[in-house]
Parts: sequence; structure tokens; C-alpha cells
Amino acid sequence: MTQHVTIAREEPVIWHLAEEEHPASPTGLGFWIYLMSDALIFASLFAMFGVVSTAFAGGPGPRQIFDLPLVALNTAFLLASSITFGQAIPHMEAGRVGPTRFWLAITGLLGAAFVGVELYEFSHMIAEGAGPDRSAFLSSFFALVGTHGAHVTVGLIWIATLLIQLGSQGLSEAMKRRVMCLSMFWHFLDIIWIGVFTFVYLYGVIR
Amino acid sequence: MTDTLAKTVFGRLSWESLPFHEPILLGTFIVVVLLGLGVVGAVTRFGLWGYLWKEWFTSVDHKKIGIMYIILGIIMLLRGFADALMMRLQQAIAFGSNPGYLPPSHYDQIFTAHGTIMIFFVAIPLVVGLINFVMPLQIGARDVAFPFLNNLSFWLTVSGAVLTMISLFVGEFARTGWLSYAPLAELAYSPDTGVDYYLWSLQIAGVGTTLSAINMVATIVKMRAPGMTMMKMPVFTWTALCSNVLAIAIFPALTAAFFLLMLDRYVGTHFFTNELGGAPMMYWNMVWIWGHPEVYVLILPAFGIYSEITSTFTGKRLFGYNSMVYATVVITILSYLVWLHHFFTMGAGPSVNSFFGIATMVIAIPTGAKVFNWLFTMYKGDIRYDVPMMWVVAFMITFVVGGMTGVLLAIPPADFVLHNSLFLVAHFHNTIIGGVVFGLFAGMVYWFPKAFGFKLDPWWGKVGFWGWVIGYWLAWTPIYIVGLMGNTRRVNHFDDPSIQPYFIVALIGAVVILIGVLGFVMSIVMGFVKRKQLADTTGDPWNGRTLEWSTSSPPPAYNFAVTPVVHDLDAWHDMKTRGYRRPASGFKPIHMPKNTAAGIILAGLATVLGFAMIWYIWWLAALAFAGLLVTAIGHTFNFKRDYYIPQDEVARTEAKRPLPLGAGA
Repeated sequence: MTQHVTIAREEPVIWHLAEEEHPASPTGLGFWIYLMSDALIFASLFAMFGVVSTAFAGGPGPRQIFDLPLVALNTAFLLASSITFGQAIPHMEAGRVGPTRFWLAITGLLGAAFVGVELYEFSHMIAEGAGPDRSAFLSSFFALVGTHGAHVTVGLIWIATLLIQLGSQGLSEAMKRRVMCLSMFWHFLDIIWIGVFTFVYLYGVIR
Repeated sequence: MTDTLAKTVFGRLSWESLPFHEPILLGTFIVVVLLGLGVVGAVTRFGLWGYLWKEWFTSVDHKKIGIMYIILGIIMLLRGFADALMMRLQQAIAFGSNPGYLPPSHYDQIFTAHGTIMIFFVAIPLVVGLINFVMPLQIGARDVAFPFLNNLSFWLTVSGAVLTMISLFVGEFARTGWLSYAPLAELAYSPDTGVDYYLWSLQIAGVGTTLSAINMVATIVKMRAPGMTMMKMPVFTWTALCSNVLAIAIFPALTAAFFLLMLDRYVGTHFFTNELGGAPMMYWNMVWIWGHPEVYVLILPAFGIYSEITSTFTGKRLFGYNSMVYATVVITILSYLVWLHHFFTMGAGPSVNSFFGIATMVIAIPTGAKVFNWLFTMYKGDIRYDVPMMWVVAFMITFVVGGMTGVLLAIPPADFVLHNSLFLVAHFHNTIIGGVVFGLFAGMVYWFPKAFGFKLDPWWGKVGFWGWVIGYWLAWTPIYIVGLMGNTRRVNHFDDPSIQPYFIVALIGAVVILIGVLGFVMSIVMGFVKRKQLADTTGDPWNGRTLEWSTSSPPPAYNFAVTPVVHDLDAWHDMKTRGYRRPASGFKPIHMPKNTAAGIILAGLATVLGFAMIWYIWWLAALAFAGLLVTAIGHTFNFKRDYYIPQDEVARTEAKRPLPLGAGA
């Protein structure tokens, strides 16, 4: 308290700013926090999977139903899509609309391929009688992998929206922010997938 | 043929779903419809629809959204409290050969609805509403970080509340207790719409709460006035920060648990079923990983409110500000590590139970530190016993008892005896009424003049206060006693007539609380009637210490004409004592967010989606979902989201303030 008073006597105190403060946009932070909350949804799904991962209830286990080469291909699609998204970012920052859209479109194609393969895998499993209602293990497999797939699908819709908006808006500050948020979202899904691939597929098959 | 057609069009909805055969429900339904028609008629009669739509429903102003949250909370409080009275009446008369007036299926719906509504649609909206209104003003900001998201969060909460209310008259509500434990909540044991109403309304409201929490954290981290370092943040803002961080950390677990239970019910998966490998206790774990911290999400802001009021009404700086902040942070972290004490009887084993038991007891340490801080703030203070301060004192006395019974329950062997008893029910009502509800009333009385420009009527405020405090002790002391004697909870009929007197006293207590509720409502009504006498022209009716009191009451849309610079924890007190004078000229145009209807439209569609899913009306669900997608994406094509309040308008508004602030100090 005394310290403040001494300072006040020495120099005039600034009590307010007439100019508006323009802090950096809070969107990056807000989106980051959202991703963390989403990560906790996945954490819950992983925990659920961990608890019932051997609850086969007499039904098929990982070795019977997982087609590892196919999953490896799918993993490659998704990891490659993160690389291509990375290609878009320097162009975005430099304000080059054309190349940004190009790399976003490539990313979208790879993502679509990933979702397509996943849907094929799911339909194949269900046709073989290994659907989500067969056992708790399969329930949590479909819930975890399916939730990730649904996120990728949302990412695809987002990419399509941004491709259109980039066409009409160019790379304004707002659009740059959106591309950046989508980029965080996309890489985040990649990280989740690495967890899925490791703990669900690889660990399921080797143990 | 017509049967399948009806199934396709209406799902499982039919005339049977309406409560024509239940006189109590039918009567309530008629009263609610008449009241609703009355309100709609009045709004139409006075031509208020346009005003409500433009100034409130589509508003992105954090103050208006905060007020709307609080109105929602108060309306739902009346509903939840009516449930409480019905339960008390049933338990007071249903002894021996008298079955009471509520059949078990109805009684079960009432206790489920009471708990669900009181936590999700009373406590959360009131807490979020107060944070929404106060926190940006306290940190000297002009709005929250994401104003549109704020509006959307509010309407999603309303959407959940609306679905819960619809269940009163169309179909049934859940009969599974306020957390809808599996496997009871599975389709096999609860085949009707009850649990689906529960899941959809809470899931939709939960999205709103999560988004709101993200919004508040980003606001506090990014938008504080220059000079306001973390350790110069008002305590209420600190508790709001911790509470919202905690909410972000826990709501995903609830969302996931509900999502998996939904899959069980709709898709036929086996997460929490008894067969094919399901793990019902996993539901309990996930739900309580949300559920225990949730009570701290609610109580931390209440602690913040007590801190602000104590320091204002004793005219002193808060004692031990630093320890208050650290205690808040420690409670935030510890609250995440205690969930298992809700089911010690699961059989996790002595080491697990010991860990969670000790972790639970440890929380009493930072909480105790807070109580001592408040006491030492009051010590040798110049205490003014206005209504907010009375709530603080009642809180300290009541809450300490609730805390001690909590420590008692945290001891696993004791918990094995008291688990699922009325003692537990008395304990958590003791902490939630004595802690959260008292705090919310204190906060509402304290900040009401800031929001509306006049104080609440103090005489009726005191009626409300004494009604609540005396009623609380009358209602819950007997419940503590019968609980300790072994009475279990959620029972609608008793055989042993010797315990009836306890329940009759409890009923009388509930009626006294009703006086408290009515007293509070009357203090608003009489405050409005006497608003000239009770008017606050200075913007600082209580001789406050933090920034929200430095602007006018009610604050202008832009909150602060100039950005305040903070030099001290009690920023406004500092300004007053050092002779700050607010500027009368030199204003700049102010950049503000524009109103939007997207939030209310999205929430409306979410309500339709929920209703359609509950009743298996698949075509409508698909339509509503498509509508949600299109509206959400469409909203991103709106790039014109802001405008400027011109300089002369700011100057005009500022000139209207009657007294230059700080002139009296």
C-alpha cells in the first residue's frame, strides 16, 4: 500500500486509456482450450475401451477382425494429410490464396479417402457379425474409432466451407484465423489417431 | 397400415403420452398453459415481442445474457422447489397404511427431476449468469471473448430446460435418480422416454455449459484491463477462472458417459449393460468424475461472492488474498481426485478407498483456510449488516456443519454405514443450500443494483433471508437424524410410525423455506415498486472496491467509456482514495459486436432434434440435424459481426451520469 502512494506522489498516475486496447484475438486460445476438452472426450472413450478391451463375450477378438495392412494404409492417408496441410500454412501466412486452396483440397481428398476406408472396414466387420452390439469390446471399438471418424468428417465439411470462403474472401485476418484453427483441429485428430492405431489396433493384435 | 404410418410420422408419440389420466399433472398442465398464455398475451398486448427479440433474445451483450441466465435459474428454481415440497409432503404423510398421494412411479420422477433441475437448470444458470454479468465488469472488459458463443450457450441451456419441462406433460421423466445410474437407466429396465428426456436435455445443455466455460476462461486470460496482473484479479474473477477451468476439465467426461449410454439405448451397444461384457460401474466412474468436481464448479464462485461481499461490507481489504487464491487453485485440483468417494461400496479395495478418503478430507484444509480468511477480514472491521452480509454470516455457520459431515462421510468405514442414507442427502443439501444457494442469493442482492439501477427491497430481503435460514435448519436437521438412524434415501413410504414426527418437522421446514422463496420474489417486486427510493445514481451503492462499481448502474452497452488502468487489487477503492476523476470528454468510437439470431435458431433446432430423438421421430430428427448443420455453416458466412458506437453517442451517454464518479470520495 505505502509503495503505491510513494509512486503516486512521484509521477502522475495513468487511470485510463482513451484509446481502445486491442489485445491479440482470443480465438487461438479459445480454440486450443476447446481442443483440450475434446481430448478429454477421447480420453474418456480410451478409458472405456481400456476397461472393456478384453470383454469379448465369446465374440471375435482383435486378431480375427483387424486387417492391419488396411489400417496401415489408412494411417498413411491421415499422416500424409497432415503433411499436406503443413504445406498450406506458409502459403496462407504469405497470403497466397491459390496454393493455400490447392493444398487444402489435397488434404481434403486424403481425409475423404481415410473416411472411405474406415467406412469400408466398419461395413465389412458388421457384415461378418462383428457389429457394435456383439460385445462390449466391439461397442467401445466402434465408439472410439467412429467418434474419431466423425471428427474427420466434420473436418472435411470445414475444409469444403473454407475452400468456398477463401474463394470469396481471400486471406483476410479472419480467414487466416480460420485456416489456423482448422490446422490445429486436423493435427489434433492425427495425434488421436496415433493413439488409436497404437492402443486399439497394434496392441490389440500383439497381446 | 395406418398404424405403421402413424409410427413413421409420430414415432412412439401418441395420445397416450399426454397426462389425461393423471389429475395432478393435468391440473399443473392447465395452470402452466394458462400462465403461459397470460405471459404471451401480455407481451403481445404491450407490443414487446420486437423489443424482446432485438434487445434480449438476439443480444450478445454479456450483461443481458447474464440476466437472462439468472431469470432462467429463478424460474427453474420455482419448478425444482415445487418438486421438493411435493416430496416433503409425501414423506410426511406416507406412513403405515397411508400410501400418500404420490404413487412410486410419480414419486421417482419427482426426485429425479428435482435433482436434475436444481443442479443443471438452477445452480448452473445462476452461477454462469452471475459470472457472465459481473466478471467482464470486474476485469474492465467491454464484453466476453466470444460474444456470439455466449448467446448460443445460453440458448442451449434454455433448450435443455425446455425439454425437461416438456417431459412433465408429454411422456415421462426419468425415474432413475439425478445421475441416472446404469444399468437401471438401460433400455431393458427403463424402456420409456424418461431417460431419453434426461439424456437429451442434459447433453444439449452440457454443450452450452462447456462452450460458456471456454468463453469465460479465454475472457479472463485475454481481456483483463491493463495493469491487472493475475495477482491483482478480484477474488470473484479468480474463482470464476478456476470454476470454468474445472468445468472444461469435467464436462467432457459427462458428455462421453451420456453419449455411451445413448448408444446403449439407441444402437444396442453394451457399454453399461449387465450382459455381453458391459461395465456398469464405468458409468458411475465417468459420471462422478464430472459430478464431484461439479459441486466445486458451483461453490468456488460462491466463495468468490462471499469474499467480495465480506471485504466490501467490512470496509477492509480482504484478509489473506494470496492464500485465498492458492486455496481456490488447490481445491480446483483436489476436487478432481476424489470422485470415488461416491461409491466406496463398489468394492475397489482398501488402498483405493483410503486414497480417495484421504484426498477428500484434505479438501477441508484449503476450505478451512478460506473460512478463517473471511473471519479475519471481519475481525475489527466496520461491519455493515446489509442483506448480502447477512447471507455471508449465515453461510459460514451453516456451511461449516456441512463441511464437517462431509469429512465424516469421507471416512470409508463410516461411509459403508451411511451410504445411500438420508444422512448423505442432508449433507449435500447442507453444503449446496448453505454454500451455493446462500452465495447466489448474496450475489444477486449485492449486484442487483448494478444490473438494474436500484436496490432490492431490504425488508422483504430479510424475510427471504430468515425464511431460508430457519427453514433450512428446520427441514434438514431431522433428516440428518433419521439418516443417522439408518433411513435410506429415495423412499416414498415408511412402515415405522415412530419416525413420522421427524418428517413432519421437515415438511414444516420446507414450508418455511417457501416463505424464504416468496420473500426473495417479493423483494424484487417491492424493489421495483419502490425503485425511486432505492435508486442507485452513483453506480457505487455499497461503497464497493472493484471495477464493476466504477461504471454507472446499469452500465452502458460498452461498460467503460475509457479503458481503466489498474494499479491495485481493489482497483476502484484505489481510484476513490487517490482522487480519480472520470473524464468528461475525449471519447473515441467504441468497437462492439453485433446482435445475431443464429444462437436462438440453433438452440431451437437442437430442441427439435432432441424431442424427435426422444420420441423416435426419425424424419424430424434428420431434418433438425440438417437444419443445425446448414445454420451453423451459414453463420460462418456472416463476416459483418461488429459495429462502432459513434463518439458523440458515447459522450451523450456519459454526460447523462448524474454525479462524476469519485467526486464524493
